[in-house]
Amino acid sequence: MRIAMLGLGSVGKGIARAVMEQDLGFSLTAVADSKSGRIEPSGIDIAPMLDQKERTGMCGTAGVTAAEILASDVYDILIEVSPTNAETGEPALGYIREALSRGKSVVTSNKGPVALDFQSLHRLAKENGAYFRYEATVCGAIPIMHTIESGLAGNTITKLYGVFNGTCNYILTRMAEEGLTYQQALLEARELGYAEADPTYDVKGIDAAIKLVILANAVWGMEKTLDDVDITGIDGVTTAAIALAEEQDLTIRLIGEIIPAENILRVSPRIVSKSHPLVVEETLNAVAIDTEMAGEITLIGKGAGSLETASAVISDLLFIRDCHGGRS
Amino acid sequence: MKLEMKDSPGQLVAVIQPISEIGGNILSVIHERDPAVKSDVLDVQILCEIPEGSLESLLASFRDRGVNVLRIGEERLLVRRSVILIGHLIHTDISDTIDKIDSTGFAEVHALSMIMPAITEPSSTKMTIKSDSLANINRALDILRKVAREKEFLIIEPLEDV
Repeated sequence: MRIAMLGLGSVGKGIARAVMEQDLGFSLTAVADSKSGRIEPSGIDIAPMLDQKERTGMCGTAGVTAAEILASDVYDILIEVSPTNAETGEPALGYIREALSRGKSVVTSNKGPVALDFQSLHRLAKENGAYFRYEATVCGAIPIMHTIESGLAGNTITKLYGVFNGTCNYILTRMAEEGLTYQQALLEARELGYAEADPTYDVKGIDAAIKLVILANAVWGMEKTLDDVDITGIDGVTTAAIALAEEQDLTIRLIGEIIPAENILRVSPRIVSKSHPLVVEETLNAVAIDTEMAGEITLIGKGAGSLETASAVISDLLFIRDCHGGRS
Repeated sequence: MKLEMKDSPGQLVAVIQPISEIGGNILSVIHERDPAVKSDVLDVQILCEIPEGSLESLLASFRDRGVNVLRIGEERLLVRRSVILIGHLIHTDISDTIDKIDSTGFAEVHALSMIMPAITEPSSTKMTIKSDSLANINRALDILRKVAREKEFLIIEPLEDV
């Protein structure tokens, strides 16, 4: 199958490498970064393209735009892995709409568009006979959407809750382990590249809330937005509070939870028993899925990282390939 | 509960030990001996708190030790919830915060543990609230959430029933 990719940051490069190194049955026919692009209907030679990107910061020719790629008709699936914008979703939202309207399937790692406009994108895909996949938007490498859609098919999901932000988990883990203050742990997370220079999205609980919105809309067909989530971050948590919890073998974690029957959509620091499956270390994510038949299933894995995100994107690509029954 | 046991040395231990083994807490023991009554058994009244659902195993344990349970008085469910509060708790009058719970009549602040790192920094407190039912604990937590909003402190609640 032919794929076009918008965005060639670390995730995009990871996907390109996987397509090049593994025999997945895909041909990359178009790619664009923020400054350039290239369209080669017979398939791009990926190694020299990545080499050029490394040397010049451009993957192709200046002036070749995402719009041209979208209109080119050289692709069956669009991989949209450009930087996210949680407020407007743009320009990614426009790209995804355009591709779906043209009947092209879309795989994205971009949380903004999925959180902002899930239902209409889902409808657009359906109307045009295309797939819209977004596994990489929630919990990185953890196959949460695949698990819910396929593995737990037939189950009613009654509750979803977990640790959705690795940065917050790292900070709380370090505060508990080493007695670091919030500021010290944040600084350490920044130095290790786990936290952004502006960590607001993570530490205020917004990133976790965006993931809850995606899950609420995708799993239960709700029409929720960020404003519907009751959000408390971890920036007010003290080392002393964690020490008080530890006296009873408890700890504190930032927990996101969706309980549709009780109309709960909430992100907040919570006291959790240290032996609880959601108490994961460092930057790991963990999600518990409560179901009627299968009981509670907990998935634990890496929630971020370019290779982990690439893994989720590739699993979506393979899902579409397999569902197409070998369409070339 | 009112218990009947043999009037011989070590019998009180047969009552106290099972309560302690199930993690119970003895509040009072009334153990009166009437010299006028010539009997080889004596009555003991005991008031205790025991974990939810453990009464049956406690009664079995008494039976095994030859202690007769004459009467079980009022059985009251006891629920505890611990929350952590972070903020300027002293400056926002912590006794008033406690009083908001205690004055309800259906819940009370049972334990308080506080760390105050420096005068300008927020304090952290673990507050345990107890009540006779889950519904009343939740009512008390609603009050505490409202107080937390008004006094601008962070309230960290348990994920499970801890």
